[in-house]
Amino acid sequence: MLPSYPPDDMHDFSKLQEAVLAGNSAAAVAAARQALSEGADPLDLVLHGISPAMAEVGRLFEAGDYFVPELLISARATKEVFVLIRPLLAKQGAQPTGRVVLGTVQGDLHDIGKNLVAALLEGGGFEVIDLGVSVSPEKFIAAVADKKAQIVGLSALLTTTLPAMKTTLDAFRSAGLRDRVKVMIGGAPVTQSFADTIGADGYGENAASAVQLARRLVGV
Amino acid sequence: MHALLRDLLPGPVITDGAWGTQLQAQGLAAGECPDGWNLTQPARVETVARAYVEAGSQVILTNTFGANRLRLAAHGLGNQAAGINRAGAQISRRAAGSRARVFASIGPTGKMLALGETNEAELREVFAEQANALAAEGVDALLLETFSDLGEIRPALAAAKATGLPVVVSLVFDSGPARDRTMMGTTPEQAVAALVEAGADALGANCGRGIEGYIPICRRLRAATDRPLWIKPNAGLPEVVDGRAVYRTSPEQFAARVPDLIAAGATFVGGCCGSSPAFIAAMIRRLASGGRK
Repeated sequence: MLPSYPPDDMHDFSKLQEAVLAGNSAAAVAAARQALSEGADPLDLVLHGISPAMAEVGRLFEAGDYFVPELLISARATKEVFVLIRPLLAKQGAQPTGRVVLGTVQGDLHDIGKNLVAALLEGGGFEVIDLGVSVSPEKFIAAVADKKAQIVGLSALLTTTLPAMKTTLDAFRSAGLRDRVKVMIGGAPVTQSFADTIGADGYGENAASAVQLARRLVGV
Repeated sequence: MHALLRDLLPGPVITDGAWGTQLQAQGLAAGECPDGWNLTQPARVETVARAYVEAGSQVILTNTFGANRLRLAAHGLGNQAAGINRAGAQISRRAAGSRARVFASIGPTGKMLALGETNEAELREVFAEQANALAAEGVDALLLETFSDLGEIRPALAAAKATGLPVVVSLVFDSGPARDRTMMGTTPEQAVAALVEAGADALGANCGRGIEGYIPICRRLRAATDRPLWIKPNAGLPEVVDGRAVYRTSPEQFAARVPDLIAAGATFVGGCCGSSPAFIAAMIRRLASGGRK
């Protein structure tokens, strides 16, 4: 079930939400355009239109009703809506939900999981700085400092590259930046106990839970 | 049915176990390209292949799982795909001699069609390059393994079949609430329908689950087709201890369930991540001691 938006004074975003859930990019963009032309606030459109719809996509994915293809087409629909509204948000000076630096750790070249997390985070209103695969600790640190990111997300698929997560965290400590950024980790071999062991702030079991975790980490 | 598969049947045929962890034991560094070793460390690769033949594998694979141009490019080896595949096939054939068959491993590219990271025409070309190089070295069959996306399998299977060799297609069923679908949502029944239609000579499942999880999947595949079934479960799922992955299933625990896997319809049985030559030896002991059903 979708959340029962809107309150009386807010625009009805149900058409937009249905289009996002169905992964229909054209319909999503059309619904967003129509909402804007009817005076909807762009930030409301994100917070009460797209975000709840993408949260529902995440829930369906976790429940096993949606799989990767459904998740991807919904994320793509969201992305297209953002192309339309990002300039409007910028004009308003609206801030993203949070800024996240993402990457697959050094030595690991797998990026499907990271790309899914990036797509869902963007759908959740986050600004994502994707550093790609086999990212060195130095690159993570530079990006976090440069972009003033609140969160850094580390991904790994290989059991052999898990130690690189710890190395990266240690590098943040050595650089004196560990307290300035929340660290979340994920990937097939990652577990909560591993996250605890290396001192990460959170672990997401799948791409959808990564978004919930990111929201919790930035306090929304 | 292909003459080769008929020769091996009715089975059960014992295949091999994991290569990556064995190559690491030979000194492969984390993040280093395993396939590149076919050119730079052929003797070490052959040590792994030989260990499986010695353990009793009737079918061994090749160290070419990631040797497609798109995946090799990430290691700066994109233009060496043909040579890496040919060397990989030569190494396994040398190790096998007349004691084992060589099924050449072809893995996915890691690029998602749905994200537009690649397209069907490019995939067809990439997999044709790999399949043709492997076939040129006289391997017995081609194995498309650890795939999740039927959209990627179709061009790969077409390219593999064009060599004239028998082709086995194996998917990872590890997703969904019952963990009985691929990452893309495909069920065993849907996989059988699509793969038989596309001309797979044999099909099956590998990676992502332990042997416990693949027994019911195997049963469902068997109910949907009479083609030979290829099953390679992991040695359980990894637990992380002191920052290193540990697989808890022992060779004996794994081997104890192999008769059930065969009863569920498996034709080719081996191990994926976390398994080793000791698993193959334990499986053979188990079957020889009357576990055969």
